[in-house]
Amino acid sequence: MPFLRTILARLAATLVTLFGAAVIVFVVIRVVPGNPIAMMLPPGATEDDIARLQALYGLDKSIFEQFVIWLGGVVRGDFGTSISLRQPVLNLVLGRLPATLELSIMALVIAVFIGGAMALTGTLRRDTRTEAAIDVTSGMALSVPDFLWGLILILLFGVLWPVFHISGRVSPSLDFDFQTQFYLFESVLRLRFDVWADLVSHMFMPSLALAIPLAAIISQLLKQSLKETMHLDYVTLARTKGYSEASVITREALPNAVLPTLTLIGVQFTFLIGGTVIIERLFSYEGLGNMAIDAVINRDLPLIQGIVILFALLFTVVNLVVDMTYAALNPRLRHA
Amino acid sequence: MSFLEVENLTLRIARGPRILRAVSLGVDQGEVRGLVGESGAGKSMIGKAILGTLPRAIQVVSGRISLDGTDLQTLPARERRRRIGAQVALIPQDPLTALNPVRRVGPQITNRLVDILGWDRSRAEARARELLDEVHIPDPDRVMRSYPHELSGGMRQRILIASAFAAEPKLIIADEPTTALDVTVQKQILRLIKEMQDRHNTALLFVTHDLGVVSKICQSLTVLYAGKVIEDTDTRSFFAAPGHPYSQALLHATPKYTDPEDSLTPVPQHVIDAVEAEVTDFDKGLGA
Ligand SMILES: Nc1ncnc2c1ncn2[C@@H]1O[C@H](COP(=O)(O)OP(=O)(O)O)[C@@H](O)[C@H]1O
Ligand SMILES: [Mg+2]
Repeated sequence: MPFLRTILARLAATLVTLFGAAVIVFVVIRVVPGNPIAMMLPPGATEDDIARLQALYGLDKSIFEQFVIWLGGVVRGDFGTSISLRQPVLNLVLGRLPATLELSIMALVIAVFIGGAMALTGTLRRDTRTEAAIDVTSGMALSVPDFLWGLILILLFGVLWPVFHISGRVSPSLDFDFQTQFYLFESVLRLRFDVWADLVSHMFMPSLALAIPLAAIISQLLKQSLKETMHLDYVTLARTKGYSEASVITREALPNAVLPTLTLIGVQFTFLIGGTVIIERLFSYEGLGNMAIDAVINRDLPLIQGIVILFALLFTVVNLVVDMTYAALNPRLRHA
Repeated sequence: MSFLEVENLTLRIARGPRILRAVSLGVDQGEVRGLVGESGAGKSMIGKAILGTLPRAIQVVSGRISLDGTDLQTLPARERRRRIGAQVALIPQDPLTALNPVRRVGPQITNRLVDILGWDRSRAEARARELLDEVHIPDPDRVMRSYPHELSGGMRQRILIASAFAAEPKLIIADEPTTALDVTVQKQILRLIKEMQDRHNTALLFVTHDLGVVSKICQSLTVLYAGKVIEDTDTRSFFAAPGHPYSQALLHATPKYTDPEDSLTPVPQHVIDAVEAEVTDFDKGLGA
């Protein structure tokens, strides 16, 4: 059963990765200066008050002991209690995850559409000025990081031509009782397109800012791969059958050209998820990333740990999905 | 007038040398014409020019290509592509690279019928089954569901032959269709192409550098050197007495036609010099 063995090996690798990530954050956030208890108490608090609270949160023990206690909790599904928000970390983190997932996936979809369209157009018009223009555009898109794109978009669509919401996830004036945290998804399922439009108007700029660099990478990688594929014999054979150049590209070349770019796009997508931390802050979007920054400012150790573990888990899931997609699209692996 | 007429076709690499020099040849319905020449002589370029798949770097300087009396150049691009797809088919050189690795074999045989000629799918599939049977592939249904990597090279070439004949083309261009195969399979594939051509009474332009093959299946042949037609004749008179010194030398360089006692004689230098001079004269005549 090579398939089962692959799955088990992947699972083991995932656990090792997560454990490693846990150890590193655990140590780092306890070594850097800043006392979470001192920060949550009013200025007049005595040494005694601080010591009492530290004991309450177990922060008076050694790092090793704290880690063992924390790990014991995690095994039972208890990630501790947030010091600044005084709620279970697991609830807080899972409550914010959908917002970040929706934003990241929307960004991915935008990036695939823009980048894919650029790659296809560039291949169709290869060796012309159009291709050169596409190369210049993607080069420029890549030389500006996502948070600067965020600022540029705010200037464009928030200030100069204010058509989109600059901050938040949903207009508070909107009288809608969400049953889940997947707002966008839920608004579609419940056919409330007014709510959907409001959500999209909030998500448009942050997701576009995240999408632009990824779109540029997709455009470059996919176009390169497509152009190499266009020289292959089966593509030429399809041309002799009477297909137009556009059909030859989309029907024959694309399914093959996508494969080698898939893995790289997967890696880039995990970078995009990392980018949500700053972008969410910039647009006051209530997701995991925004919560992460607050947690760091407040030295909220249990919350930081929970968020980091969740991000690490997210990255491994993305990589797993990429590998599975690759295998599903490649008949040579599917039957191996 | 033949079904395929190539007249005075001259190609060049953009801002570079000529690739074809006023090439003329015709292939009629039911005729098998060999296109012979050393590697690099421009044989494949003739096929590509007919099929409309010339590399971007190659320019058509002058010449006409017509199918059934219609000059392809007079047709709008879309119609030209469609016409070629409907009337001409290619049997490629390397069956290992000529099938799309991520698609099943069945759709690769039927796609021209369905997408270009507008057949409905079930009729096209029935036709594909029939063709796979014609090219002696057992269990057509299983093969149609297979991916190319699951099949041998000989099997894939049979599939490509079936696919080439699918739309009952008037003309087939076979570009060295056996060179990439095992020696044992080469004969079978050659016989199969000839058998299919006979049955469908197709015009066949058979590109090869092997005069032995020409003697077996071709009625006529065109000898090419450096993109220039050296000789255009019927097979019988060619093998009786080649008309051009270069053709003679080529014949002597072919194993079957030399005395087994005699070691193979490569084309002698003075013959090459003479034919090179002809090419240079041709280019001078055109002022280049
Ligand atoms: N893509 C290309 N760009 C420029 N020159 C080419 C290209 N492909 C082939 N040629 C040149 O065209 C000439 C004829 O090539 P070809 O028709 O492939 O020869 P063959 O007779 O072996 O089939 C050769 O000299 C080759 O170098
Ligand atoms: Mg060739």
